[in-house]
Amino acid sequence: MVKRVDTQTAVMAALPLAFYALFVIVPLGVAVALSFQTWNGLAPPTWAGLRQWRHLLSDTVVWGALGTTLRLMVYSWLLQTPISLALGVYLAGRERYRDLLAIVFFLPLMFSAVAIGLTWIYILDPSFGVATALARDLHLQPQSWLGQRWVLVTLSAVIAWEFIPFHTLLYQAAAQQIPTELYEAAEIDGAGLAGRFWRITLPQLRYTFVTSTLLILVGSLTYFDLILVMTQGGPGYRSTVLSIYMYNEAFPKLHMGYGSAIAVLLAVLGVVLSLVLLRVSGFTRMRSELEAG
Amino acid sequence: MRRHFLALVAILLAGAAFAQQPKTIDVWAIIQNSTDQTLPNMVKEFNAAHSDMHANLTQYQNDPYKQKLIVAMGADQGPDVFFGWGGGTLKEYVDAGKVYDLTSALNADPQWKARYPASVLAGATFDGKVYAVPINNVQPVFFYYNKQLFDQYGVSVPKTWDELLAAVKTFKDAGVAPIALGGASKWPDLMWEEYLVDRVGGPGAFTAAANGAPGAWTSDAFIEANTMIQDLVKAGGFQNGFESTTQDSNAPAALLYTGRAAMELMGSWEYGTVANAAPDFVNNGHLGVFAFPAVQTGSGDPKDIAGNLANYYSVTAFAKNKDAAVQFLKDEALSDSQVIAQLKVGQVPAAAGISDLIDQYGSAPAFQHFVNGLVQDAPNFQLSWDQALSPALGQELLRNLDLLFTQQITPQQFSQNMDKAAAAP
Repeated sequence: MVKRVDTQTAVMAALPLAFYALFVIVPLGVAVALSFQTWNGLAPPTWAGLRQWRHLLSDTVVWGALGTTLRLMVYSWLLQTPISLALGVYLAGRERYRDLLAIVFFLPLMFSAVAIGLTWIYILDPSFGVATALARDLHLQPQSWLGQRWVLVTLSAVIAWEFIPFHTLLYQAAAQQIPTELYEAAEIDGAGLAGRFWRITLPQLRYTFVTSTLLILVGSLTYFDLILVMTQGGPGYRSTVLSIYMYNEAFPKLHMGYGSAIAVLLAVLGVVLSLVLLRVSGFTRMRSELEAG
Repeated sequence: MRRHFLALVAILLAGAAFAQQPKTIDVWAIIQNSTDQTLPNMVKEFNAAHSDMHANLTQYQNDPYKQKLIVAMGADQGPDVFFGWGGGTLKEYVDAGKVYDLTSALNADPQWKARYPASVLAGATFDGKVYAVPINNVQPVFFYYNKQLFDQYGVSVPKTWDELLAAVKTFKDAGVAPIALGGASKWPDLMWEEYLVDRVGGPGAFTAAANGAPGAWTSDAFIEANTMIQDLVKAGGFQNGFESTTQDSNAPAALLYTGRAAMELMGSWEYGTVANAAPDFVNNGHLGVFAFPAVQTGSGDPKDIAGNLANYYSVTAFAKNKDAAVQFLKDEALSDSQVIAQLKVGQVPAAAGISDLIDQYGSAPAFQHFVNGLVQDAPNFQLSWDQALSPALGQELLRNLDLLFTQQITPQQFSQNMDKAAAAP
């Protein structure tokens, strides 16, 4: 166990730490400071004491937004994990087109959220969209995909479309690391396809599963881009997650102080969630799976 | 000696070059439908006429523009000239000291000031000082309708609310969307609210609310108007999926001219949108217009209208070249050439003495006389509420309208929410 940090490590860590301080710590400090003030972005801020925080505690929309955020987290995990896992394991066996597929899979991640959002709005338009036309051709009832009933599910699906490729790559890379000897031994012992999957593949993918889950949960806690472009939190408050509510208060309504209070709440929740997940998953206690390690 | 001489020459040349630099002004505005080239034309004409001044125009989509302007103004890093709608939003900028007072410049040039009707200047006048000048058309809100559909189903133009509801039923039964609405954008909902509250309770109902009278939002006019709105929604008055249809995608106009919706309540600019996307539809006379119907049990004047008085250009207080900016406004804001150009694309400029010019230059005289008539005969022209109110209250209003139209709250809850938001410090 290294107890002392040597000079080389300190020097190399200095730059990232400086970046972190400048782009994370300082803005967080400013947000905390603003949460005790009233500011409309135009005139100078005025001191407000605990008023924004008292408003936060009594604001029913905040609690609703928290619930919506939680639902988004659950839907995201439910959509992304099984599909990424299945795809990743499947692709691990198909070595011939791996590189080509890897490029194709990275594309949705490289598109800007604005481009993805605008395109999907047109696809999902209830009168003229491709999705609506498709539903009619399949003799299904076309839905208002971004209407009250389905908006959160639809958003989760589009977000999943954006991120499944990334998680697929995670699982694919991990699945390829699994030593073939394990499978050969299992086959000799008479394990079928299902048995090999449940007893070898899945346990070997344990750490990747934890990493991927951590990324999905923490990422969807603060997810913002697509929701802003596609629904701005509507209809009503149906897709208003905490980050969207924070934006809507701070910018169109010019309640910068209140928006800052919500931002601080979001930051605290993010940190708490990360710590809890790290503890529960045993992430910090992970050791290398490789035989030589 | 030679070195000093060379340095001197270099400095003089640089100074001369610098003196030749035209004074630039940055103009920010929204993107408008492509038939209306007013904004680019103003800049082009100005740049051609002045070699010592140059205007740069940047255009943004409607909602992002509003956001961007607020952030830029807050940092004193915005444009020299900015586009707006007058009313409470402009007042917010004026109160923060971000807008240049044009009163003295206007008073110094009476011919310039006489171009603009007093009622239009009033939308940009606070405490007797003028902070913007109009640059384009009057934008009242009225109904557009598909004449073919009306003929096909034997519906005549509704003059009362009951007739409108009957027409809605006829179209609904025939499988045609009665009214196209871009509910996802929220501000189209507002047009219904503005008209119904005025028809039911007259202009006083909103004026009380805008002035911050306690409990003003809970007056009978609001409750009744909102109940009427929800009745219309429940009767299937709007197309399926209206709550997720955006206005910016021009889907509501498309529904109208593809014969899938019979009517649309929208501002005068929608004429250009339809003419641009479906010129045959317009040229063959299938697009009709009518004023918002009367509500017979209401106390409002059926000739009242709602909408935008015009769009305006203002000069920012931190503009580097204020004289160039003012010159730009003097030369171009509703100048003769701009007025004629707007008339030629079917608009009705917010300028004085426009009726005769329509006959002379108008490309769609019937439509233009209709719009002009609406504005001239209106006892009250209500500015769009989301511009008349402060930005914070305007946003709260739009959010509550969205909840109302999607039936997530009752009219009573709407009134409660608005009163609470209006009372908040």
